[in-house]
Order: sequence, then C-alpha cells, then structure tokens
Amino acid sequence: MDDTAGQANFDALMAADSRVEPRDWMPEAYRRTLVRQISQHAHSEIIGMQPEANWITRAPSLRRKAILMAKVQDEAGHGLYLYSAAETLGTPRDEMMEALIAGKARYSSIFNYPAVSWADMGAIGWLVDGAAICNQVPLCRASYGPYARAMVRICKEESFHQRQGFEILLELSRGSAVQKQMAQDAVNRWYAPSLMMFGPPDDDSPNSLQSMAWNIKRFSNDELRSRFVGMMVEQVEVLGLTLPDDQIRFNEETKKWEHGPLDWNEFKDVLAGHGPCNAQRLERRRSAHDDGAWVREAAAAYAAKQQAAVAA
Amino acid sequence: MSESATRITPGNALRPEDIADRVHDGTAKPSDEVAEYALWLGDDALILAQRLGHWISRAPELEEDVALGNIALDQLGHARSFLSYAGGAWGKSEDDLAYFRDEPQFRSAHLVEQPNGDFAVTIARQFVLSHYQFELYRRLLDSADPMLAAIAAKAVKEVDYHRDHSSQWMLRLALGTDESRRRVEAAVKLIWPYLAELFEDHPLVDALPGIAVRPSELRPAFDAVTGAVLAEAQLEIPSVPSASGGGRNGRHSEHLGYLLAEMQVLARQHPGASW
Repeated sequence: MDDTAGQANFDALMAADSRVEPRDWMPEAYRRTLVRQISQHAHSEIIGMQPEANWITRAPSLRRKAILMAKVQDEAGHGLYLYSAAETLGTPRDEMMEALIAGKARYSSIFNYPAVSWADMGAIGWLVDGAAICNQVPLCRASYGPYARAMVRICKEESFHQRQGFEILLELSRGSAVQKQMAQDAVNRWYAPSLMMFGPPDDDSPNSLQSMAWNIKRFSNDELRSRFVGMMVEQVEVLGLTLPDDQIRFNEETKKWEHGPLDWNEFKDVLAGHGPCNAQRLERRRSAHDDGAWVREAAAAYAAKQQAAVAA
Repeated sequence: MSESATRITPGNALRPEDIADRVHDGTAKPSDEVAEYALWLGDDALILAQRLGHWISRAPELEEDVALGNIALDQLGHARSFLSYAGGAWGKSEDDLAYFRDEPQFRSAHLVEQPNGDFAVTIARQFVLSHYQFELYRRLLDSADPMLAAIAAKAVKEVDYHRDHSSQWMLRLALGTDESRRRVEAAVKLIWPYLAELFEDHPLVDALPGIAVRPSELRPAFDAVTGAVLAEAQLEIPSVPSASGGGRNGRHSEHLGYLLAEMQVLARQHPGASW
C-alpha cells in the first residue's frame, strides 16, 4: 500500500473510531508517539517496582507481605505486556531498556519520590494506582489495538492494587494514634505528586491535542485530574483521613471538581532529574541489568547450542 | 477433623486463613510435637521466601523478577499454612511466630539462611531445596496428620514447578558460557556443605511415626533426581565437607540474625498493632 492509500485507510479508521493493528499502514509520527508513550508506560511499571520492593522484606504481617509481593510481581508483568505491545511497532525491548538505563527515556516522575514508611504502601496503592487507573481506563479504547488490549488486563489488576492500598490505609487509620498519623503523613506526601501524574495543565500540554485527534487520548489532563479529585474526596472520608488541600470544591457551574494550586516547578524539577530518588532508581535498574548480563548471555548461548544440536 | 475439612478442589484450595480458622475454632489442634515439626517446614519456607523476595526488582530479566517472585510467593503461602497450624498448639498466630520469635526459637535449616549471592548461588540453593521439598511433601501426603497432608497436597504441586525452574537454570548456567559455568561451579561448592543437614534424622521424627517424614529416607530419591540433572549439566558433585548444621535445634548461621532484624523490625516497633 503506498502512502496515499495508507493514509486514506488510516484516516478512515480514525473517523470510524476503529482499531489500528500492527500490519496496518500508519503515519510515522503516530508510530513514534505510540512507541514513546507505551515504552514510557512500561518503564514506569518497572521503575515503579522499586519503592514498593523497598518494603517487601519488612512488611509487618505475612499476609501483607504476600499481597505486596504479588503486587510488585504484577507490575513486572505489566511492564512485559507493554514492552511487547511496543515491540509490535518495530522497536525491540532491548533498545527500549537501553534507552531507560542510559537515562534517555522518561518514566512517571512520581516514582522518584521515596517510600519511607509502611503507610506509603497504602498511599501508593490508593493515590498513585488510583490516578493511574483514571488515566488508563480510557486507554482501553485507544486506537492502537495491542496497546488497548494490554490496558484491559492491566486495569483489572490495577483496580485490585488500589483496593489493597485503600485497605492498608483504612487499617492504619483505625489502628493506634501512631499508625493513624503514619497514614495521614503518607497521604500528605503523595497527594500532590499523584495529581501531577495527569500531566501539565491543558494550556501547557502541547502533545495532547494530536493524541486526542489520533484517538489515543480520550480526555484532557485537567478533565481526568478533576474526576480523580472527586473520587478521592469521597473515599478519604471513609478512610477517616484528610487531603492536604483546603481549596477542593465542586464547581456547580462547570460540574467539575477543583483543587488548590500545584507546584509545577517541582514537577519540572523532578522530571529534569532533581527529585529525591532519580539517581537511585536509575542506578538500581542499571545494576540489575548489568549484573544480570552474564545470565542472559548464558541463556542465549545455551539456546544456540540446543538449536545447533537439533540442526545437526 | 473430617476428611472433607481439608479436601482440595479447584477454586477451593486450602488457604492459611482457613487453617487459622480451624485452629481457632478447635477443629484442628496439633500436639506440641506436630507443631514443632510444622515449624521445621514453615521456617524453611519462610526464610527462603524472605531471601527470594529480595530479588524482586533486581533479577537478571523481567521474566525472572516474575518467576522468583512467584516462587517466593508460593513459599510464603506454605510458610503461612505451616505456621498457622503450628501456632494452634500454643495459641499463637502465624504473625506471632514469624515476627516475635528470636533466633534460637527458629527451626530453619542453614541452607535457606544462606545469602542470595549472585544468581547462580540463588539457583543452586533453590535447586537443592526444591528437590528436597518435593520429595518431602510427596511423602507427607500420606501423613497420619490430615492437616500436614492437606498443606503438602497444595505445596507439592507448586514445588514441582520450582524444581523444574531451578533444574532448567542449572543446565543453562552450566552449559551456557565459560563465565556462567565458572559461576555455577563455584555456587554448587558454596551450597553443598549445607545439604547434609536437610537429611539428618532427629529425635522429633522418632516421636512422630506415621506423621513426620524421616529425612534420611529422602536422600536416595533426592540423589537420583538431582544426580541426573547434574550429569546432564556435566557438573561434578563437589567433595566438600558438610557443615555441622543444628538449625532444627535452634543453632543457626550468622546470617539469620540480620535477616530477622530486617523482617521483624516494623512489627516489633508496634507490638499488638494490626495491619
């Protein structure tokens, strides 16, 4: 199919709100955008394992330890589906991983904050996974088939993750005064960074319009952020905790939830590498990758020898 | 306890919470000896799960983060079951036993206490333990204690995968590259001294005829199965002296204290708290 016919076919798929599949012709910019977005999403899952892995060995009950292990394991699985989805666009996983450890690729900046207390396992599940779900549910209808299908499974698991985060906070909130304070402190620290997960305000988000035209993105950053705030307002009451924002209100005219100002300079600083854990997160990924090189080489060498033996 | 109480059907596997319920309502109460034996098995699984859990986010491949995490999770599940049951003898929960015992009260073997080392050491340790556990649980299915038999029935299926995973890696590391071979040979040498302790008989087993599995009886099957893998991997069984062990009597390696300090720190900061 030449480019003109391909473009016409692509435009028709967009107009019909239909799915683009790996063998379909697609504009180079659409392919590049998807590889960037899906690989960033995969990297976020992989780097996002670290703050929670930090508590696996210290989880305060065996049941919590089992749940946390299962959750972090799910995140590795999400990374795998997403790298596979991105590979259907022609970029090999090795290349994406190299870009990550070389510091050339981005991941969600929230994972550059430290998980310093057990309550952070609750706040990460409730707020960070909660924000991720708001962002990701619409992606189940994204125009690129393999991405949308990966998101269906990921969203199911994320919803379990959010519930377990909520449960951790609820248990702490109903526990001793020290436990309750631990929970409130964690919510205070993760609230603003989780709101910033939706990306910059709409008037400062240059790529959003094109992504919406391509049916990758369905709702604007501010729209999703407002929905998320509304959900959290309801749930924080059940938790018996508060959100560290006294400007949250429901705007009767726009029918949207509004929140206090966010420190976008901090967001940009963390994104630019100045967060508390940027260097640590990348170094951990790099050392796991480098320390494991001999294992991957051994597996490849063994497979090659087996293949040669079969061929002989 | 009736037969159906511990029957496993699809979607109805025995969960640690079910065991805790039975212990609580008095339908399953182990004798002190049975509880002590359950601690042997539970502590091995718990300490190994704690070791393996450290690999998650540090493995050589994402697939191995998932695999080692899965094995850790299985082992933790077995530990929770055995400890929940053991606790029934003394009115203690799985968490009382995991978080509020000191080193001398643990019954783990030195093998599981050994540090992760590199991937080859972790795999060599897993290879030995999975094959040992498989032979053990397989025989425990016939235990006169229905709860031990029920826990073993769930565990043996999972451990079967663990032994396949570690056997497959033994082959790949031994026959892969010069470096991987050098590393797995060193790992086997490092791990082998702790093998003998697993198969040592003990007065506790004499006190539990028909209930506990005699460790020395596992050795021939273990040697045959692991020997076949090692032969295919062209690995020699190292001639290294056995370490003296003592884990079943509460005499542990230097490593266990650090492991427990990390595992227990938060729970002990908040005694009596619920999580």
